[in-house]
Amino acid sequence: MTLILDIVLRLAVWLLLAPLLPGIINKVKAWVAGRRGPPVLQLYYDLAKLWRKGVVLSTLASPGFVAGPAVAWVALTGAAMLMPLGPAGSVVSFNGDVLLLIYLLALARFCTVWAAMETGSAFEGMGAAREVSYAVLAEVAIIAAVLSLSVETGSVSLVTMLSPSLGTGAVLLAAGLFTVLLAENCRVPFDDPNTHLELTMIHEVMVLDHSGPPLAAVLHGASVKLLLFTVLLVQAVLPMGELSPLGAIAALAAGVLVVTVGVGLAESLLARLAFRRVPLLLTTAFLFCLFALLVAWKGGAE
Amino acid sequence: MSGGVWMIGHPLLNLLIGLAMGLNLLALGSSRLPSIIRAMSVQGMLLGLMPLLLESANLDWRIILVVLATIVGKGLVIPGLLRRAMRAANIEREIQPFLGYVPSLLLGAGGTIAAVALARALPLMPEHAGSLLVPGAIASVLTGFILMIGRVRAISQVCGYLILENGIYLFGLLLIHSTPLLVESGILLDVTVGVFIIGLIVDRIQRAFDSLDTRKLNTLRE
Repeated sequence: MTLILDIVLRLAVWLLLAPLLPGIINKVKAWVAGRRGPPVLQLYYDLAKLWRKGVVLSTLASPGFVAGPAVAWVALTGAAMLMPLGPAGSVVSFNGDVLLLIYLLALARFCTVWAAMETGSAFEGMGAAREVSYAVLAEVAIIAAVLSLSVETGSVSLVTMLSPSLGTGAVLLAAGLFTVLLAENCRVPFDDPNTHLELTMIHEVMVLDHSGPPLAAVLHGASVKLLLFTVLLVQAVLPMGELSPLGAIAALAAGVLVVTVGVGLAESLLARLAFRRVPLLLTTAFLFCLFALLVAWKGGAE
Repeated sequence: MSGGVWMIGHPLLNLLIGLAMGLNLLALGSSRLPSIIRAMSVQGMLLGLMPLLLESANLDWRIILVVLATIVGKGLVIPGLLRRAMRAANIEREIQPFLGYVPSLLLGAGGTIAAVALARALPLMPEHAGSLLVPGAIASVLTGFILMIGRVRAISQVCGYLILENGIYLFGLLLIHSTPLLVESGILLDVTVGVFIIGLIVDRIQRAFDSLDTRKLNTLRE
Protein backbone atom coordinates (compact mmCIF):
# COMPACT_ATOMS: atom_id res chain seq x y z
CA MET A 1 0.00 0.00 0.00
CA THR A 2 2.80 2.37 0.91
CA LEU A 3 4.46 1.49 -2.39
CA ILE A 4 1.41 2.59 -4.37
CA LEU A 5 1.16 5.77 -2.31
CA ASP A 6 4.86 6.40 -2.93
CA ILE A 7 4.46 5.96 -6.70
CA VAL A 8 1.39 8.21 -6.84
CA LEU A 9 3.12 10.91 -4.80
CA ARG A 10 6.23 10.80 -7.00
CA LEU A 11 4.18 10.91 -10.19
CA ALA A 12 2.33 13.91 -8.84
CA VAL A 13 5.58 15.72 -7.96
CA TRP A 14 7.22 15.02 -11.33
CA LEU A 15 4.19 15.67 -13.52
CA LEU A 16 2.92 18.72 -11.68
CA LEU A 17 6.22 20.48 -11.07
CA ALA A 18 7.80 19.87 -14.48
CA PRO A 19 5.89 22.56 -16.46
CA LEU A 20 7.09 25.13 -13.92
CA LEU A 21 10.66 25.04 -15.29
CA PRO A 22 10.00 26.48 -18.77
CA GLY A 23 7.91 29.16 -17.06
CA ILE A 24 10.83 30.14 -14.81
CA ILE A 25 13.23 30.17 -17.78
CA ASN A 26 10.90 32.46 -19.73
CA LYS A 27 10.48 34.73 -16.71
CA VAL A 28 14.29 35.03 -16.36
CA LYS A 29 14.61 35.81 -20.07
CA ALA A 30 11.89 38.45 -19.83
CA TRP A 31 13.53 39.95 -16.73
CA VAL A 32 16.94 40.20 -18.45
CA ALA A 33 15.34 41.80 -21.49
CA GLY A 34 13.37 44.23 -19.34
CA ARG A 35 9.95 42.85 -20.32
CA ARG A 36 7.13 41.68 -18.08
CA GLY A 37 6.96 38.32 -19.83
CA PRO A 38 4.34 35.54 -19.75
CA PRO A 39 3.18 34.29 -16.35
CA VAL A 40 5.23 31.51 -14.75
CA LEU A 41 2.27 29.15 -15.05
CA GLN A 42 1.86 29.77 -18.80
CA LEU A 43 2.68 26.18 -19.81
CA TYR A 44 -0.10 24.85 -17.51
CA TYR A 45 -2.63 27.09 -19.28
CA ASP A 46 -1.29 25.98 -22.68
CA LEU A 47 -1.52 22.32 -21.73
CA ALA A 48 -5.09 22.71 -20.43
CA LYS A 49 -6.09 24.52 -23.62
CA LEU A 50 -4.45 21.92 -25.89
CA TRP A 51 -6.04 19.06 -23.99
CA ARG A 52 -9.54 20.40 -24.75
CA LYS A 53 -8.86 20.86 -28.46
CA GLY A 54 -9.41 18.37 -31.25
CA VAL A 55 -6.74 16.62 -33.30
CA VAL A 56 -6.07 17.32 -36.96
CA LEU A 57 -4.86 14.13 -38.61
CA SER A 58 -3.25 13.90 -42.01
CA THR A 59 -4.70 11.23 -44.29
CA LEU A 60 -1.13 10.05 -44.87
CA ALA A 61 -0.32 9.46 -41.21
CA SER A 62 -0.49 5.98 -39.70
CA PRO A 63 -1.47 5.40 -36.05
CA GLY A 64 2.21 5.93 -35.23
CA PHE A 65 1.61 9.66 -35.53
CA VAL A 66 -0.47 9.59 -32.34
CA ALA A 67 1.29 6.63 -30.73
CA GLY A 68 4.73 8.28 -31.01
CA PRO A 69 4.10 11.18 -28.60
CA ALA A 70 2.20 8.88 -26.24
CA VAL A 71 5.02 6.30 -26.05
CA ALA A 72 7.59 9.09 -25.71
CA TRP A 73 5.65 10.62 -22.81
CA VAL A 74 5.37 7.26 -21.05
CA ALA A 75 9.09 6.56 -21.58
CA LEU A 76 10.05 9.95 -20.13
CA THR A 77 7.76 9.48 -17.14
CA GLY A 78 9.26 6.02 -16.59
CA ALA A 79 12.75 7.51 -16.72
CA ALA A 80 11.65 10.09 -14.15
CA MET A 81 10.47 7.26 -11.89
CA LEU A 82 13.96 5.73 -12.01
CA MET A 83 15.63 8.98 -10.97
CA PRO A 84 16.20 9.11 -7.21
CA LEU A 85 15.08 12.27 -5.43
CA GLY A 86 17.70 13.04 -2.80
CA PRO A 87 17.03 11.22 0.48
CA ALA A 88 13.75 9.74 -0.79
CA GLY A 89 15.59 7.35 -3.11
CA SER A 90 13.73 5.95 -6.08
CA VAL A 91 10.75 3.62 -6.48
CA VAL A 92 12.66 0.85 -8.19
CA SER A 93 16.39 0.52 -7.95
CA PHE A 94 18.52 -2.27 -9.33
CA ASN A 95 22.02 -2.77 -10.68
CA GLY A 96 22.29 -1.07 -14.07
CA ASP A 97 19.14 1.04 -13.85
CA VAL A 98 21.20 3.93 -15.20
CA LEU A 99 21.44 2.09 -18.54
CA LEU A 100 17.66 1.69 -18.56
CA LEU A 101 17.38 5.44 -17.97
CA ILE A 102 19.62 6.22 -20.95
CA TYR A 103 17.70 3.80 -23.16
CA LEU A 104 14.33 5.19 -22.07
CA LEU A 105 15.52 8.64 -23.10
CA ALA A 106 16.66 7.18 -26.43
CA LEU A 107 13.28 5.47 -26.87
CA ALA A 108 11.48 8.76 -26.25
CA ARG A 109 13.65 10.46 -28.86
CA PHE A 110 13.06 7.64 -31.34
CA CYS A 111 9.29 7.93 -30.91
CA THR A 112 9.31 11.72 -31.37
CA VAL A 113 11.39 11.32 -34.53
CA TRP A 114 9.13 8.53 -35.77
CA ALA A 115 6.01 10.65 -35.28
CA ALA A 116 7.74 13.52 -37.07
CA MET A 117 8.56 11.32 -40.06
CA GLU A 118 4.94 10.11 -40.19
CA THR A 119 3.75 13.49 -41.49
CA GLY A 120 5.74 13.09 -44.69
CA SER A 121 6.73 16.75 -44.57
CA ALA A 122 10.24 17.77 -45.63
CA PHE A 123 10.59 20.21 -42.71
CA GLU A 124 9.84 17.52 -40.15
CA GLY A 125 12.34 15.19 -41.77
CA MET A 126 14.99 17.90 -41.65
CA GLY A 127 14.37 18.57 -37.96
CA ALA A 128 14.42 14.85 -37.21
CA ALA A 129 17.76 14.43 -39.00
CA ARG A 130 19.27 17.29 -36.98
CA GLU A 131 17.86 16.04 -33.69
CA VAL A 132 19.31 12.57 -34.25
CA SER A 133 22.72 13.74 -35.46
CA TYR A 134 23.20 15.99 -32.41
CA ALA A 135 21.85 13.30 -30.10
CA VAL A 136 24.62 10.93 -31.20
CA LEU A 137 27.23 13.33 -29.81
CA ALA A 138 25.23 14.26 -26.71
CA GLU A 139 24.69 10.61 -25.87
CA VAL A 140 28.43 9.91 -25.96
CA ALA A 141 28.92 12.77 -23.49
CA ILE A 142 26.24 11.51 -21.12
CA ILE A 143 27.63 7.98 -21.21
CA ALA A 144 31.09 9.36 -20.34
CA ALA A 145 29.51 11.28 -17.44
CA VAL A 146 27.76 8.14 -16.19
CA LEU A 147 31.02 6.18 -16.48
CA SER A 148 32.89 8.77 -14.45
CA LEU A 149 30.23 8.65 -11.71
CA SER A 150 30.30 4.86 -11.65
CA VAL A 151 34.11 4.73 -11.54
CA GLU A 152 34.09 7.21 -8.67
CA THR A 153 31.53 5.34 -6.57
CA GLY A 154 32.13 1.81 -7.86
CA SER A 155 28.45 1.23 -8.57
CA VAL A 156 26.07 1.12 -11.52
CA SER A 157 22.87 1.87 -9.64
CA LEU A 158 21.54 5.43 -9.68
CA VAL A 159 20.78 5.63 -5.96
CA THR A 160 24.36 4.88 -4.90
CA MET A 161 26.01 6.51 -7.94
CA LEU A 162 24.71 9.99 -7.27
CA SER A 163 26.76 10.64 -4.16
CA PRO A 164 29.64 12.68 -5.54
CA SER A 165 32.50 14.38 -3.75
CA LEU A 166 33.41 17.98 -4.38
CA GLY A 167 36.53 18.60 -6.42
CA THR A 168 37.93 19.15 -9.89
CA GLY A 169 35.96 16.19 -11.22
CA ALA A 170 32.67 17.70 -10.04
CA VAL A 171 33.44 21.02 -11.75
CA LEU A 172 34.27 19.28 -15.04
CA LEU A 173 31.19 17.09 -14.76
CA ALA A 174 28.98 20.11 -14.06
CA ALA A 175 30.26 21.93 -17.16
CA GLY A 176 29.81 18.84 -19.34
CA LEU A 177 26.37 17.91 -18.04
CA PHE A 178 25.11 21.50 -18.29
CA THR A 179 26.10 21.62 -21.97
CA VAL A 180 24.43 18.26 -22.55
CA LEU A 181 21.31 19.56 -20.77
CA LEU A 182 21.18 22.53 -23.14
CA ALA A 183 21.66 20.29 -26.18
CA GLU A 184 19.21 17.56 -25.12
CA ASN A 185 16.46 20.01 -24.26
CA CYS A 186 17.00 22.14 -27.37
CA ARG A 187 17.95 25.30 -25.47
CA VAL A 188 19.76 28.25 -26.91
CA PRO A 189 23.29 27.66 -28.10
CA PHE A 190 21.95 24.61 -29.93
CA ASP A 191 18.36 25.46 -30.76
CA ASP A 192 16.08 28.40 -30.11
CA PRO A 193 12.74 27.34 -28.62
CA ASN A 194 11.21 30.71 -29.60
CA THR A 195 12.15 30.71 -33.24
CA HIS A 196 9.41 30.40 -35.80
CA LEU A 197 11.51 29.88 -38.88
CA GLU A 198 11.27 26.24 -39.95
CA LEU A 199 14.70 26.23 -41.55
CA THR A 200 16.52 26.86 -38.28
CA MET A 201 14.51 24.83 -35.80
CA ILE A 202 15.33 21.40 -34.46
CA HIS A 203 12.87 20.24 -31.84
CA GLU A 204 10.08 22.67 -32.65
CA VAL A 205 10.04 21.74 -36.31
CA MET A 206 9.47 18.09 -35.47
CA VAL A 207 6.21 18.84 -33.72
CA LEU A 208 4.84 21.39 -36.21
CA ASP A 209 2.03 19.12 -37.42
CA HIS A 210 0.95 17.85 -34.03
CA SER A 211 -2.13 19.37 -32.46
CA GLY A 212 -4.42 18.94 -29.49
CA PRO A 213 -3.68 16.26 -26.88
CA PRO A 214 -0.66 14.74 -28.76
CA LEU A 215 0.99 18.18 -28.81
CA ALA A 216 0.19 18.56 -25.10
CA ALA A 217 1.93 15.19 -24.50
CA VAL A 218 4.97 16.36 -26.48
CA LEU A 219 5.22 19.68 -24.60
CA HIS A 220 4.69 18.10 -21.20
CA GLY A 221 7.18 15.34 -22.01
CA ALA A 222 9.76 17.96 -22.96
CA SER A 223 9.29 19.73 -19.63
CA VAL A 224 9.60 16.41 -17.73
CA LYS A 225 12.84 15.76 -19.63
CA LEU A 226 14.15 19.20 -18.68
CA LEU A 227 13.36 18.56 -15.00
CA LEU A 228 14.96 15.10 -15.28
CA PHE A 229 18.23 16.52 -16.62
CA THR A 230 18.27 19.32 -14.04
CA VAL A 231 17.77 16.85 -11.19
CA LEU A 232 20.47 14.59 -12.65
CA LEU A 233 22.92 17.50 -12.94
CA VAL A 234 22.28 18.71 -9.38
CA GLN A 235 22.58 15.26 -7.87
CA ALA A 236 25.68 14.38 -9.89
CA VAL A 237 27.51 17.48 -8.66
CA LEU A 238 26.16 18.43 -5.24
CA PRO A 239 27.10 16.12 -2.34
CA MET A 240 24.00 15.88 -0.17
CA GLY A 241 24.83 12.72 1.80
CA GLU A 242 25.49 14.41 5.15
CA LEU A 243 22.49 16.73 5.13
CA SER A 244 19.29 15.94 7.02
CA PRO A 245 16.47 14.65 4.75
CA LEU A 246 14.63 17.97 4.84
CA GLY A 247 17.85 19.91 4.21
CA ALA A 248 18.74 17.62 1.30
CA ILE A 249 15.33 18.16 -0.31
CA ALA A 250 15.74 21.91 0.14
CA ALA A 251 19.26 21.74 -1.35
CA LEU A 252 17.93 19.73 -4.30
CA ALA A 253 15.13 22.22 -4.92
CA ALA A 254 17.53 25.16 -4.63
CA GLY A 255 19.95 23.44 -7.01
CA VAL A 256 17.20 22.84 -9.56
CA LEU A 257 16.17 26.49 -9.29
CA VAL A 258 19.77 27.67 -9.76
CA VAL A 259 20.26 25.48 -12.84
CA THR A 260 16.94 26.67 -14.30
CA VAL A 261 17.88 30.32 -13.79
CA GLY A 262 21.28 29.47 -15.31
CA VAL A 263 19.56 28.09 -18.41
CA GLY A 264 17.50 31.26 -18.63
CA LEU A 265 20.60 33.44 -18.32
CA ALA A 266 22.51 31.38 -20.89
CA GLU A 267 19.51 31.77 -23.17
CA SER A 268 19.41 35.55 -22.81
CA LEU A 269 23.16 36.17 -23.01
CA LEU A 270 24.28 33.72 -25.71
CA ALA A 271 23.50 33.72 -29.40
CA ARG A 272 22.74 30.46 -31.06
CA LEU A 273 25.58 28.72 -32.80
CA ALA A 274 25.83 28.16 -36.50
CA PHE A 275 24.96 24.55 -37.28
CA ARG A 276 28.47 23.60 -38.30
CA ARG A 277 29.87 24.85 -34.96
CA VAL A 278 27.51 22.67 -32.89
CA PRO A 279 29.57 19.43 -33.15
CA LEU A 280 32.58 21.29 -31.76
CA LEU A 281 30.64 22.41 -28.68
CA LEU A 282 29.19 18.94 -28.14
CA THR A 283 32.68 17.45 -28.50
CA THR A 284 33.81 19.92 -25.83
CA ALA A 285 31.02 18.70 -23.55
CA PHE A 286 32.13 15.12 -24.20
CA LEU A 287 35.71 16.06 -23.34
CA PHE A 288 34.59 17.71 -20.07
CA CYS A 289 32.87 14.45 -19.09
CA LEU A 290 35.86 12.42 -20.32
CA PHE A 291 38.26 14.42 -18.19
CA ALA A 292 35.93 14.02 -15.21
CA LEU A 293 36.28 10.29 -15.90
CA LEU A 294 40.06 10.69 -16.00
CA VAL A 295 40.05 12.52 -12.64
CA ALA A 296 37.83 9.82 -11.11
CA TRP A 297 40.07 7.08 -12.46
CA LYS A 298 43.33 8.68 -11.41
CA GLY A 299 42.01 9.80 -8.02
CA GLY A 300 40.61 6.37 -7.27
CA ALA A 301 43.92 4.59 -7.86
CA GLU A 302 45.97 6.77 -5.55
CA MET B 1 66.32 18.41 -1.94
CA SER B 2 69.16 20.38 -0.39
CA GLY B 3 67.29 22.06 2.43
CA GLY B 4 64.41 23.10 0.18
CA VAL B 5 60.94 21.64 0.69
CA TRP B 6 59.78 19.67 -2.36
CA MET B 7 56.33 20.83 -3.27
CA ILE B 8 55.94 18.75 -6.46
CA GLY B 9 52.69 17.07 -5.43
CA HIS B 10 51.15 20.36 -4.29
CA PRO B 11 47.40 20.47 -5.09
CA LEU B 12 47.61 24.09 -6.22
CA LEU B 13 50.44 23.18 -8.59
CA ASN B 14 48.37 20.32 -10.01
CA LEU B 15 45.45 22.72 -10.45
CA LEU B 16 47.66 25.13 -12.41
CA ILE B 17 48.95 22.31 -14.61
CA GLY B 18 45.37 21.09 -15.12
CA LEU B 19 44.39 24.59 -16.25
CA ALA B 20 47.37 24.63 -18.61
CA MET B 21 46.17 21.31 -20.07
CA GLY B 22 42.71 22.82 -20.52
CA LEU B 23 44.24 25.78 -22.34
CA ASN B 24 45.97 23.31 -24.68
CA LEU B 25 42.57 22.01 -25.73
CA LEU B 26 41.20 25.55 -26.02
CA ALA B 27 44.00 26.38 -28.44
CA LEU B 28 43.24 23.24 -30.43
CA GLY B 29 39.51 23.92 -30.65
CA SER B 30 39.44 27.61 -31.54
CA SER B 31 39.50 28.92 -35.06
CA ARG B 32 40.24 32.56 -34.28
CA LEU B 33 43.90 33.49 -34.08
CA PRO B 34 43.48 35.97 -31.16
CA SER B 35 42.03 33.22 -28.96
CA ILE B 36 44.91 30.86 -29.80
CA ILE B 37 47.37 33.62 -28.91
CA ARG B 38 45.47 34.34 -25.69
CA ALA B 39 45.44 30.67 -24.70
CA MET B 40 49.18 30.47 -25.35
CA SER B 41 49.97 33.61 -23.34
CA VAL B 42 47.78 32.67 -20.35
CA GLN B 43 49.43 29.26 -20.35
CA GLY B 44 52.85 30.91 -20.37
CA MET B 45 51.89 33.07 -17.39
CA LEU B 46 50.52 30.07 -15.45
CA LEU B 47 53.76 28.21 -16.06
CA GLY B 48 55.73 31.28 -15.06
CA LEU B 49 54.05 31.24 -11.64
CA MET B 50 55.06 27.67 -10.93
CA PRO B 51 58.63 28.22 -9.68
CA LEU B 52 57.11 30.37 -6.92
CA LEU B 53 55.05 27.40 -5.73
CA LEU B 54 57.88 24.92 -6.14
CA GLU B 55 60.33 27.11 -4.27
CA SER B 56 57.97 28.69 -1.77
CA ALA B 57 60.26 27.57 1.06
CA ASN B 58 63.43 29.32 -0.07
CA LEU B 59 62.58 32.26 -2.27
CA ASP B 60 65.42 34.48 -3.33
CA TRP B 61 65.70 37.38 -5.74
CA ARG B 62 66.94 35.25 -8.65
CA ILE B 63 63.86 33.07 -8.65
CA ILE B 64 61.59 36.10 -8.44
CA LEU B 65 63.53 37.62 -11.33
CA VAL B 66 63.06 34.50 -13.47
CA VAL B 67 59.35 34.39 -12.59
CA LEU B 68 58.91 38.03 -13.54
CA ALA B 69 60.91 37.61 -16.74
CA THR B 70 58.87 34.54 -17.76
CA ILE B 71 55.54 36.20 -17.06
CA VAL B 72 56.44 39.40 -18.86
CA GLY B 73 58.11 37.56 -21.74
CA LYS B 74 55.57 34.83 -22.37
CA GLY B 75 52.52 36.69 -21.17
CA LEU B 76 53.06 40.15 -22.64
CA VAL B 77 56.03 40.55 -25.01
CA ILE B 78 55.65 37.46 -27.22
CA PRO B 79 51.83 37.72 -27.56
CA GLY B 80 52.25 41.44 -28.27
CA LEU B 81 54.69 40.69 -31.08
CA LEU B 82 52.37 38.04 -32.50
CA ARG B 83 49.35 40.33 -32.33
CA ARG B 84 51.27 43.02 -34.16
CA ALA B 85 52.28 40.55 -36.86
CA MET B 86 48.66 39.44 -37.10
CA ARG B 87 47.43 43.01 -37.52
CA ALA B 88 50.15 43.77 -40.07
CA ALA B 89 49.17 40.71 -42.08
CA ASN B 90 45.49 41.57 -41.61
CA ILE B 91 44.26 38.07 -40.76
CA GLU B 92 41.99 36.95 -37.98
CA ARG B 93 41.03 33.40 -38.73
CA GLU B 94 42.49 30.08 -39.65
CA ILE B 95 40.84 28.89 -42.85
CA GLN B 96 40.62 25.26 -43.88
CA PRO B 97 43.28 23.69 -41.69
CA PHE B 98 44.81 20.38 -42.74
CA LEU B 99 43.27 18.84 -39.65
CA GLY B 100 39.74 19.93 -38.68
CA TYR B 101 38.99 21.36 -35.24
CA VAL B 102 37.00 18.41 -33.94
CA PRO B 103 39.64 15.82 -35.02
CA SER B 104 42.49 17.89 -33.60
CA LEU B 105 40.54 18.43 -30.36
CA LEU B 106 39.91 14.68 -30.06
CA LEU B 107 43.54 13.95 -30.92
CA GLY B 108 44.71 16.40 -28.26
CA ALA B 109 42.36 14.91 -25.65
CA GLY B 110 43.50 11.40 -26.55
CA GLY B 111 47.09 12.58 -26.27
CA THR B 112 46.42 14.11 -22.85
CA ILE B 113 44.84 10.91 -21.56
CA ALA B 114 47.67 8.85 -23.04
CA ALA B 115 50.16 11.20 -21.36
CA VAL B 116 48.51 10.67 -17.97
CA ALA B 117 48.53 6.91 -18.51
CA LEU B 118 52.10 6.94 -19.80
CA ALA B 119 53.40 9.01 -16.89
CA ARG B 120 52.22 6.33 -14.47
CA ALA B 121 54.19 3.72 -16.39
CA LEU B 122 57.39 5.78 -16.50
CA PRO B 123 60.07 5.06 -13.88
CA LEU B 124 59.82 8.49 -12.23
CA MET B 125 61.39 9.53 -8.99
CA PRO B 126 59.02 8.75 -6.12
CA GLU B 127 58.50 12.43 -5.25
CA HIS B 128 57.40 13.16 -8.82
CA ALA B 129 54.95 10.28 -9.08
CA GLY B 130 51.75 11.95 -7.83
CA SER B 131 52.26 15.14 -9.80
CA LEU B 132 50.80 16.24 -13.11
CA LEU B 133 54.10 17.82 -14.18
CA VAL B 134 55.18 15.01 -16.51
CA PRO B 135 51.75 14.36 -18.09
CA GLY B 136 51.25 18.11 -18.50
CA ALA B 137 54.61 18.44 -20.22
CA ILE B 138 53.95 15.54 -22.60
CA ALA B 139 50.43 16.83 -23.36
CA SER B 140 51.72 20.33 -24.15
CA VAL B 141 54.44 18.97 -26.44
CA LEU B 142 51.81 16.87 -28.27
CA THR B 143 49.48 19.87 -28.57
CA GLY B 144 52.30 21.93 -30.02
CA PHE B 145 53.00 19.20 -32.58
CA ILE B 146 49.33 18.96 -33.58
CA LEU B 147 49.09 22.74 -34.01
CA MET B 148 52.29 22.90 -36.05
CA ILE B 149 51.31 20.01 -38.31
CA GLY B 150 47.58 20.63 -38.62
CA ARG B 151 47.34 24.37 -39.17
CA VAL B 152 48.02 26.34 -42.30
CA ARG B 153 48.61 29.88 -41.02
CA ALA B 154 52.18 30.72 -40.06
CA ILE B 155 50.98 32.46 -36.87
CA SER B 156 49.10 29.45 -35.51
CA GLN B 157 52.15 27.32 -36.27
CA VAL B 158 54.24 29.73 -34.22
CA CYS B 159 51.70 29.41 -31.38
CA GLY B 160 52.10 25.64 -31.67
CA TYR B 161 55.85 26.04 -31.36
CA LEU B 162 55.42 28.21 -28.25
CA ILE B 163 53.05 25.71 -26.63
CA LEU B 164 55.63 23.00 -27.35
CA GLU B 165 58.24 25.18 -25.67
CA ASN B 166 55.91 25.55 -22.66
CA GLY B 167 55.84 21.76 -22.43
CA ILE B 168 59.62 21.59 -22.41
CA TYR B 169 59.67 24.30 -19.75
CA LEU B 170 57.36 22.12 -17.62
CA PHE B 171 59.82 19.25 -17.98
CA GLY B 172 62.57 21.66 -16.95
CA LEU B 173 60.72 22.44 -13.70
CA LEU B 174 61.47 18.88 -12.57
CA LEU B 175 65.14 19.83 -12.56
CA ILE B 176 64.69 23.28 -11.09
CA HIS B 177 67.36 22.59 -8.47
CA SER B 178 70.05 21.41 -10.83
CA THR B 179 69.50 23.70 -13.82
CA PRO B 180 71.37 26.96 -13.56
CA LEU B 181 69.09 29.95 -13.91
CA LEU B 182 71.30 31.13 -16.73
CA VAL B 183 69.98 28.27 -18.89
CA GLU B 184 66.37 29.26 -18.17
CA SER B 185 66.96 32.89 -19.03
CA GLY B 186 68.89 31.86 -22.14
CA ILE B 187 65.95 29.77 -23.38
CA LEU B 188 63.55 32.63 -22.69
CA LEU B 189 65.73 35.06 -24.61
CA ASP B 190 66.04 32.62 -27.54
CA VAL B 191 62.29 32.18 -27.75
CA THR B 192 61.64 35.92 -27.63
CA VAL B 193 64.18 36.64 -30.35
CA GLY B 194 62.77 33.73 -32.40
CA VAL B 195 59.25 35.15 -32.21
CA PHE B 196 60.56 38.62 -33.02
CA ILE B 197 62.20 37.29 -36.19
CA ILE B 198 59.14 35.23 -37.10
CA GLY B 199 57.03 38.38 -36.76
CA LEU B 200 59.26 40.10 -39.29
CA ILE B 201 59.24 37.08 -41.62
CA VAL B 202 55.44 36.88 -41.46
CA ASP B 203 55.28 40.49 -42.57
CA ARG B 204 57.65 39.80 -45.49
CA ILE B 205 55.75 36.65 -46.54
CA GLN B 206 52.54 38.65 -46.50
CA ARG B 207 54.03 41.33 -48.75
CA ALA B 208 55.61 38.84 -51.17
CA PHE B 209 52.75 36.37 -51.52
CA ASP B 210 49.68 38.33 -50.38
CA SER B 211 48.84 35.41 -48.09
CA LEU B 212 50.18 33.57 -45.07
CA ASP B 213 49.19 30.16 -46.34
CA THR B 214 52.29 28.03 -45.79
CA ARG B 215 51.12 25.61 -48.46
CA LYS B 216 52.15 28.19 -51.03
CA LEU B 217 55.70 28.16 -49.74
CA ASN B 218 56.63 24.60 -50.68
CA THR B 219 57.88 25.09 -54.21
CA LEU B 220 61.08 26.83 -55.21
CA ARG B 221 60.96 29.31 -58.04
CA GLU B 222 63.53 31.33 -59.88
